[in-house]
Amino acid sequence: MKELITLAFTAFLVQNIILSQFLGICSFLGVSNKRKSALGMGLSIFFVITISGVLTLSIYKFVLVPLELEFMRTIVFILVIAAMVQILEMAIKKFSPGLYQSLGVYLPLITTNCAVLGVALLNVQNEYTIVQALVFSAFTSLGYTAIIFTFSYIREQMHKAPIPEGFAGIPAGLIAASIMSLVFQGFAGLI
Amino acid sequence: MARKITPKQNILKGLFEQNPTFVLVLGMCPTLGVTTSLSNGIGMGLSVLFVLILTNAVIALIKNIVPAEIRIPVYIIVIAAVVTLIEYLVNALSPTLYDSLGIYLPLIVVNCIILGRAEAYASDNSIKDSIFDAMGMGLGFTLGLSTLAFVRELLGTGSIQMFGITFFDSTVAASFLVSPPGAFLTLGLIIGIINTVKVDKARKKKAIMDEKIKVALAKKAAKQAAAKALADETALQNQSTLKGAM
Repeated sequence: MKELITLAFTAFLVQNIILSQFLGICSFLGVSNKRKSALGMGLSIFFVITISGVLTLSIYKFVLVPLELEFMRTIVFILVIAAMVQILEMAIKKFSPGLYQSLGVYLPLITTNCAVLGVALLNVQNEYTIVQALVFSAFTSLGYTAIIFTFSYIREQMHKAPIPEGFAGIPAGLIAASIMSLVFQGFAGLI
Repeated sequence: MARKITPKQNILKGLFEQNPTFVLVLGMCPTLGVTTSLSNGIGMGLSVLFVLILTNAVIALIKNIVPAEIRIPVYIIVIAAVVTLIEYLVNALSPTLYDSLGIYLPLIVVNCIILGRAEAYASDNSIKDSIFDAMGMGLGFTLGLSTLAFVRELLGTGSIQMFGITFFDSTVAASFLVSPPGAFLTLGLIIGIINTVKVDKARKKKAIMDEKIKVALAKKAAKQAAAKALADETALQNQSTLKGAM
């Protein structure tokens, strides 16, 4: 149990997926302009990564390894993720139209978000058990949601700041992310 | 594409005008993740270059067979197959590079540049043009990664290590630049500087244009004034002749 809590904190803060692993940067820079869309994207990512993390590891462990097809993992994982996102989209549309209204636009974008495939590959690379993979995937994606949501506040404030024309937009966003990443390095002493 | 471009222009377009790293800002995950050393940056850039050439060629080849509704899944499978191929190739040729690129190598599958070029270019251009486009974009990406990696490794460790040789050996180093925050900062500064230069250029161009317009307007005004003066003079003369007649 203690081990799992350590894993959760490491995934959430110390090795934050955006600020120290550099996964999901495209959506981080693209979507985080507005608070509402940042939260929508973050929540969709949380669902997709948690489910796909466990699903891909199960497929790897119980199908690919026994059949000695490990070299197929990249192709199989991306197909599983694409199919899962599609099914999730249809399920949400059917059971909760309200949620679909707010998350629907972000779901198709998630297939090509490197954070999703990244977590699936990290689960395999770190040789996690299914339970460990569940904790790792859930907290990694929560870390993503927390960062993208916090960052959207910073971006909103940056619109009011007098930034030189050449640095406005993405360069200023990257520099703000650098300061945030520096702050998160402080968590390394936590564990 | 309505406008025909030569292979040279096609490659230069990817290298500078539409550089994937500094202008389009695509494929940021490996850009920030692997650029701690120049050799990693070049290795990653070349891997992406090969994947791009192969996928663009294959997709341009099958573009007429694939139904439009399922083209994206088909593209993704083609890309994933090519990436797996490159992954094993890198592992065979240079195991150290394979280890240091780590998870970012299989992640080329979801690199926005690859699917972006497949969808935006290879899906409605000939094989030859698609290959040149892939070369331009791949080389542009390699250029972007190596610039970033060069700055980070040189200033962050004080030296550049490549092919077992050490260049610029120095004991002064800002190790901050090799750490994750340094990656964000260096990329932000480079893109910012490029944009500032562009803004300046555009402003100067506009100033020159404004000046030309001003001169033209002044000329026009002078002409009009002269014409008016002439008209006034003739009117005055007419008046005086009228007066003389009376």
